[in-house]
Amino acid sequence: MSGGFRFFVPLKTQDSEAKQPQAKKEAEKGKSKAAADPASPQNQPEQLPAAVGHSTPARKEQEKQEEDQESHRSSTSRLSRSPVRGVKKVKMMQCKITLLDGSDYSVNVEKRAKGQVLLDKVCEYLNLLEKDYFGITYRDIESQKNWLDPSKELKKQIRNGPWNFSFNVKFYPPDPSQLCEDITRYYLCLQLRDDVVSGRLPCSFATHTLLGSYTVQSELGDYDLEELGSDYISEIRFAPNQTKELEEKVMELHKTYKGMTPAVAEIHFLENAKKLSMYGVDLHHAKDSEGVEIMLGVCASGLLIYRDRLRINRFAWPKILKISYKRNNFYIKIRPGEFEQFESTIGFKLPNHRAAKRLWKVCVEHHTFFRLVSPEAPPKKFLSLGSKFRYSGRTQAQTRSASAQIARPAPLFERSSSKRYNMSRSLDGAPITENHETPVKGNATDGAPKVIAKEDIITTVTTERKAEEENAEREDAQEVAAETDATTPLRHDTKDSEPPPEVVKHQTNISELKRSFLETGSNGGGGAPGLTEWEKRLSSSPLRSPRGDEDPMIEPLELQDAKDEQTEQEAGPKDTVAAVGYLVKYVADSVVTDGATSSGPHGISLSTTMDDDVFVDGTLREEAGGKTQDSQEEEEEASDKSATKLSPGAVRQEVSQAISDKKGTLIIFKQAENKEDEETSKKEGLVDRAESETDGNKEQKRQASLKAEIKNGDVSQIRGVDSPKKAMASWISEEKVESSEVVSVFTKELKELKTLDEPQQKAEGIQPKSSPTHVTVSASLAVSAPGWVSPSHKVSADQEKAVVVTENEAESAKPKAPDGVEVAAKDVPVVHTETKTITYESAEVDTNGDADPGVLLSAQTITSETTSTTTTTHITKTVKGGISETRIEKRIVITGDADIDHDEALAQAIKEAKEQHPDMSVTKVVVHKETEITPEEGED
Amino acid sequence: MANMCSYGRFTHAVVRGIPETFGKTAGEGRENGEVTVDQAKAQRQFGCLTGALRQKVGLQLIEIPPDPELPESWRIEDVAVIQGDTALITRPFKQQRRSEADAVRRVMSELSLTVVEMGDEQGDSGGATLEGSDVLFTGREFFVGISSHTNRRGAEVLADTFRDFAVSTVPVCGGARLKNFCSMGGPDTIIISGGDGAKKTLRVMEQLTDHHYDVLTVPEESAANCIYVKGPSKRDFLLHRPAEEIPDSVPAFQKLPDYTLLPTACSEASKLGASLSSLCLLINRKHTYF
Repeated sequence: MSGGFRFFVPLKTQDSEAKQPQAKKEAEKGKSKAAADPASPQNQPEQLPAAVGHSTPARKEQEKQEEDQESHRSSTSRLSRSPVRGVKKVKMMQCKITLLDGSDYSVNVEKRAKGQVLLDKVCEYLNLLEKDYFGITYRDIESQKNWLDPSKELKKQIRNGPWNFSFNVKFYPPDPSQLCEDITRYYLCLQLRDDVVSGRLPCSFATHTLLGSYTVQSELGDYDLEELGSDYISEIRFAPNQTKELEEKVMELHKTYKGMTPAVAEIHFLENAKKLSMYGVDLHHAKDSEGVEIMLGVCASGLLIYRDRLRINRFAWPKILKISYKRNNFYIKIRPGEFEQFESTIGFKLPNHRAAKRLWKVCVEHHTFFRLVSPEAPPKKFLSLGSKFRYSGRTQAQTRSASAQIARPAPLFERSSSKRYNMSRSLDGAPITENHETPVKGNATDGAPKVIAKEDIITTVTTERKAEEENAEREDAQEVAAETDATTPLRHDTKDSEPPPEVVKHQTNISELKRSFLETGSNGGGGAPGLTEWEKRLSSSPLRSPRGDEDPMIEPLELQDAKDEQTEQEAGPKDTVAAVGYLVKYVADSVVTDGATSSGPHGISLSTTMDDDVFVDGTLREEAGGKTQDSQEEEEEASDKSATKLSPGAVRQEVSQAISDKKGTLIIFKQAENKEDEETSKKEGLVDRAESETDGNKEQKRQASLKAEIKNGDVSQIRGVDSPKKAMASWISEEKVESSEVVSVFTKELKELKTLDEPQQKAEGIQPKSSPTHVTVSASLAVSAPGWVSPSHKVSADQEKAVVVTENEAESAKPKAPDGVEVAAKDVPVVHTETKTITYESAEVDTNGDADPGVLLSAQTITSETTSTTTTTHITKTVKGGISETRIEKRIVITGDADIDHDEALAQAIKEAKEQHPDMSVTKVVVHKETEITPEEGED
Repeated sequence: MANMCSYGRFTHAVVRGIPETFGKTAGEGRENGEVTVDQAKAQRQFGCLTGALRQKVGLQLIEIPPDPELPESWRIEDVAVIQGDTALITRPFKQQRRSEADAVRRVMSELSLTVVEMGDEQGDSGGATLEGSDVLFTGREFFVGISSHTNRRGAEVLADTFRDFAVSTVPVCGGARLKNFCSMGGPDTIIISGGDGAKKTLRVMEQLTDHHYDVLTVPEESAANCIYVKGPSKRDFLLHRPAEEIPDSVPAFQKLPDYTLLPTACSEASKLGASLSSLCLLINRKHTYF
């Protein structure tokens, strides 16, 4: 695939990245250094050399690679001419990605890069803007295809497997004619051709003929006997079992297409392919409850059940209330039918746990992408809020609206000859690449030779940095060792020193929150990169570096400790970005705190870990890996560099400031207090740690915290841990959580900016802080907030105090519990009630709001009630600086006892609100939870 | 897909005449012992049907002469399932009926359809039975009724033959055939009877489909089987049972906008468990790829 990258300068290859970084970064305010390059820009060059060291593409097992790299260090150093080197930290890995035309594209990424980095690089290489439909797959140990989670580190996902990937269509658009660009349709065609030829997309002879004829037309142009010869067609594959008869029919049709352009031929191709019943259906082997072999097909409209080729059942997304998995079982909870009273749960047996999880994740993603609609343009990641693992990208609706803003002239690209019999892919791909791209790219495309080329380039670029690189490499080696020992806390410490990890952590928490919130429960691995992706998308235009553009979409403010936070809220104003990150942390901490009384920050963090584990069970690992949103983190990092290193107290202040600025909000979250298997969770936590090398910092911290907790052995702590688990559990699985939550208040503000320009800009990520998108995210985060813990290693005394307070709340035994955020001032100990308030707001929104109150046009209040919820809607219209703004504030009170799944109710409420106002974005979510604790429980 | 266009475009109809053995079942001929059928009347009704298809609707009619040895051969719908340019020769439940396919197969070939066989009893499809009157093709997908005459294996063969389409199995309640109580009444319209069994089947269809259909419910079961054709003139034709046979349902058909309704009697065939659609195979030989 080559792209006609007219507009894209070759710079974009990794190498280019390395070169560009500084300029771009600066331009982008340093945001660019996303997860992909956790290390400083300078490190990159170093990394490259490492890759260079391998004359062959490094695709061996990871270990090997690591070793190689280390060993190569020396060689690298030789190459490099400058003896002096700074600190090196980044290790580059070479990834080989098989593209849709069968060619391979090799690219170097930082070893700890997240999946999104790779996807971005490939899309950049392919000149693909509408990239939300695509994804990257890798083969796991069982050689099963897995989707790379954009929010997780590559390394954690592929484990010891080779760094080989495939670029594929992930979400098949039901109506390809709505794709914005021809180039996108072209890649979709390539995928479908492969689907057809491989038999994944079965079709009749007639359809093979028809699709084949369009393929020929788009690839070879008009039928021309003299030019093409009479046998031109047998080189191209159209069907799994291609016959002469088929080829003849194809030719017959081909002759009738004279004058049809490739783009039109592809449209025809897609118009026919999309009608095939198996178009876009992702099949998974399973057994039903009676042990009958079936296939589960995930598609845009829902879940299809096949037995052999027969469709025996179908569950459209709207009918599915919950998706979950446990061990190797996959469950769907079905909305009661017209004549049914109760919802039913249907279970399927998957071959193993991994398969169940894979299916679950695919379902979550498809549901989010296709079912959740966020209206227009900007931001809405709302849908993705949900369970732990959540689809972090944009939904179809979002991507469509984003595509609508693509303004570039249609890129020129060359259709490669695809799917030839016996032709080596590299041959096909390479030439094309060369033609279109700069040498760098060409080199990147294929195996060894190209690699070498890269090396050269790199070397050139890097010279100065080599020293640094070397150092970095060494460090890496150390890190690697640490990673190997994954469990070791030391490593954490090391990382702690590094700012980025922390940021990551924060984000992680956020994402977790989101996930938990959303849904239904499941676990999964993906982080909550939604925002990130969105941003990236926006920033996908050639000139920008993907990461730089991204703004922290969500800036969740946490008011965990009611007292402290509130007080602080009124404090300072502007560190929003940083604040956000911290806030998030705080929230998590507080949550944890509930459970763990005196363990201090570490203990808290532990609990967090526990939560994750609990949820996922299987999923845990992924979560750990995927928790971080690269872009956000990076951005945050960039903006907050200083902040990162701040002491807890400082952080706190910032947070509080941010909160105050933003007018703090609220999500309060109480955890049900159930005792679950602490041990189990702990174990899981350990596993996670071990597994997630990359996240090392987080994990390590968590581990540390876990240990601390364990040592403490405080009942309260345990309790805290348990409760999160259960909360999570309720979502994920159908296990019943016994929560004593009495009241949940959820407030949401929807803002609609009617001025066109502003929102768009924001959407595009040009303006970092503006963004409805962010807002949305925050909302989701808020929702998920309950179970998460963010580890606070650096907690200062102040924080600890805060924690203590929180703890008090958690433990009934302690009298100090704050009643609620609002009441923070009150010293009255409430023994029996736990109250938490967490607020998420988008920084921008707040700022705007604060700065200019605007002129009130109208206001209206509507109240509605159902059995367990009371909804109060305030609608106010104001005019600010020429922009008319409509604010809708909904207050939803959910009252009930343990039987009610508050989280779900909340999620539902948010969803509904979102659906009711598709054109608005959520700017603030406040969750206030009060939980009654029975004395016994409290004491436990 | 290549063959996917809205339902109802047909150019040809294949029928097979009423033999003098009409009313006797293949083999022993005892199953319908209690039923008295008027063979002459059946032939008249058959004549009306073919006349309507040819002269009113404007289809090219191919009539296979009756064969006294095959008393049920007039139920030609059972013997083949045709979609696009592919004809699947089915394997009827009754052994004695399987030779009915020979003549049909020849006609299919003459029409240059791709003929697909279900294969030997011994082969992969061993035990598979399939009859066309259990197959509802909507233009977008197939519903195969699992009935006393059609089993899942048979449906699998059908699914394997028409790969472009989703093939869903639905239960057929009672001893009837799927199309005894439902049929297509337009490109996206399903006519179905209001009986409990039919409702149950309809619910399953609704559950299984990706598409939206309009549903026309008729009170009498036998009214639900109609023949819909969008003729060469682009008009919508609906052959349905006459008011004498289905007094309560005729008003429902009149709700169909701009349809040309062609009441066609079918009382005798219906005594034997057949319906209007049982008597013909509809084919579209005009290839439209889009």
